[in-house]
Amino acid sequence: MARREPFYWVSVSCGIVVLAFILLPLVEMLTAPSSAMLKETLHDKNVVQSIWLSVYTAFAAAGISFVVGTPLAYVLARSRFRGKHLIESIIDLPIVIPHPVVGIAILGVAGRNHWLGQIMSELGIRIMGTTMGIIAVLTFVGMPFYINALKSGIEAVSPRLENVSRSLGASMWGTFARITFPLAWRSVLVGIIMCCARAISEFGAVVVVAYHPMIAPVLIYERYEAYGLKYSQPVAVWLVLVCLTLFLVLRVLALPGKKTA
Amino acid sequence: MIEIRGLRVHLGEFRLRDIDLSIEDGGFFVLMGPTGAGKTVLLEAIAGLVPVLGGSIAVGGRDITRSQPEKRGVGIMYQDYALFPHLSIEHNITFGLRYHRHDRTAARQRFGRLVDDLGIGHLLHRHPETLSGGELQRVALARALMVEPRVILLDEPLSALDPGFREDIRLLLKQLHRNSHITFFMVTHDFSEALTLATSAAVMHDGAIVQTGTVRDIFQRPTSSFVADFVGMKNILPAVFDSTTARVGELSIEVPHLHENSSGYVAIRPEDIVLSLDPLESSMRNSFVGVIRGIVDQGFLYEVHVSVRDQVFKSLVTKGSAVDLGLDIGTDVQVSFKTSAVHMF
Repeated sequence: MARREPFYWVSVSCGIVVLAFILLPLVEMLTAPSSAMLKETLHDKNVVQSIWLSVYTAFAAAGISFVVGTPLAYVLARSRFRGKHLIESIIDLPIVIPHPVVGIAILGVAGRNHWLGQIMSELGIRIMGTTMGIIAVLTFVGMPFYINALKSGIEAVSPRLENVSRSLGASMWGTFARITFPLAWRSVLVGIIMCCARAISEFGAVVVVAYHPMIAPVLIYERYEAYGLKYSQPVAVWLVLVCLTLFLVLRVLALPGKKTA
Repeated sequence: MIEIRGLRVHLGEFRLRDIDLSIEDGGFFVLMGPTGAGKTVLLEAIAGLVPVLGGSIAVGGRDITRSQPEKRGVGIMYQDYALFPHLSIEHNITFGLRYHRHDRTAARQRFGRLVDDLGIGHLLHRHPETLSGGELQRVALARALMVEPRVILLDEPLSALDPGFREDIRLLLKQLHRNSHITFFMVTHDFSEALTLATSAAVMHDGAIVQTGTVRDIFQRPTSSFVADFVGMKNILPAVFDSTTARVGELSIEVPHLHENSSGYVAIRPEDIVLSLDPLESSMRNSFVGVIRGIVDQGFLYEVHVSVRDQVFKSLVTKGSAVDLGLDIGTDVQVSFKTSAVHMF
């Protein structure tokens, strides 16, 4: 593209507008609270608990996605069968459903009026207002991101490598453990990052299922409602900082340069 | 013995129809055919990597049609070698060992012998991404042979290599085959490969086997117009070899490498022969003056017959360039072809 063309300048100016639109509010929020206020917030037990709960439930959701989603991602990446598109669309559903609706839907099956809810209550599992409920909701919204990321990762591993492994004597399990997984582990990490990121930012669905125990987004909302912007900002800053650090670490682990990729 | 009876496979757009083949134990079988004929699918069917609709495959008298790939004793080597990128060369080669009952000392000896035979001792601690095509090839061979399969399937093992390497690996394959009891089943579309290596061969077309027999048979007595067309290497000339020169009648032709025998044949595909009015300033080492004796219309192309001293060369020329060059019977032309276009057997 020639530099002097109007199209170039339009692209550049739109780019600046987009970046400013993203960065301005974030920078404003991050710099608004004084360091004294930030420090003080950190001594607030509720804040620390809520951020910990957010991180912990998000990772629990990613862990569940890892265990249950990995085999499914493999099947979707490797096999062609009737109804595959249907299954893929079902997996994508949580991405498009409005968040509060997710909460309501989960409560619908977890309540006493539903057979699943009855079984769960007999087993002593409660969803409404529990950490378990939060994890269930976060898994629901985060799982598609994990499965989709891993699926494309596995698709990038040549089936021929698996074929050769089988012909050398390895079973399907052996092949998955020694070939497919080691070659797709970066996608596993990326999937976990995506799933966690989605889970940690969830508010609408969680607030329906479990207002208490309070995850960070709910706490931020509550502080904002009760005391205003100024009191919610420090909590938000801490949540953002914790998330950024975590994701940065995972990101670095997942992408240590192209050479070993 | 590999016995394939009435094998049928449907895989996407590929259809294998009623494949019948018998290959003797320890033989070197070559499967030829154009791209898209289903050669790779047939290999994968024998290896158990694609679902079989009907028919049967038996190896050494044991029906393996429904066996798991890892229980067949059939190794496969792909055209792109498919080395495991995350493992060192050594671990690539020994990958399959743990799945086969083996005596440690014997395995170590076999490993040493393969590494020596294939000349890959200096590569063992490197990773596949740092290897050249020829090196990858040798490693892939070593990996497949390490587990001592009954049958090894080779999917166009030489096609991705530089012509120089090709001859080396071809001789290596011959030697490896001679020193083992393994049945080799190789896919190729190169006739000189087939001629030097095969004990028996088959031509495949559109998902079916259209001719089987010795390569020479297929070559000299094609049973269908497809096979005749397929084997259409038109310039086949008896030659006496001296170093990298082949004497063909009164002509001396530069050839790409030494030939193992002092006499044989050279073959040049008609599309590899370039006609021009003046000598070409190019890397083509073989260039002769000749006279056009005949022009045969072949649809989009002309087949031009040029006599050069006591020999006749057939060249394919597009109609456009034939007009541009003003080619006609009696025209003096320069006949040129690259050294690498000369096949020897």
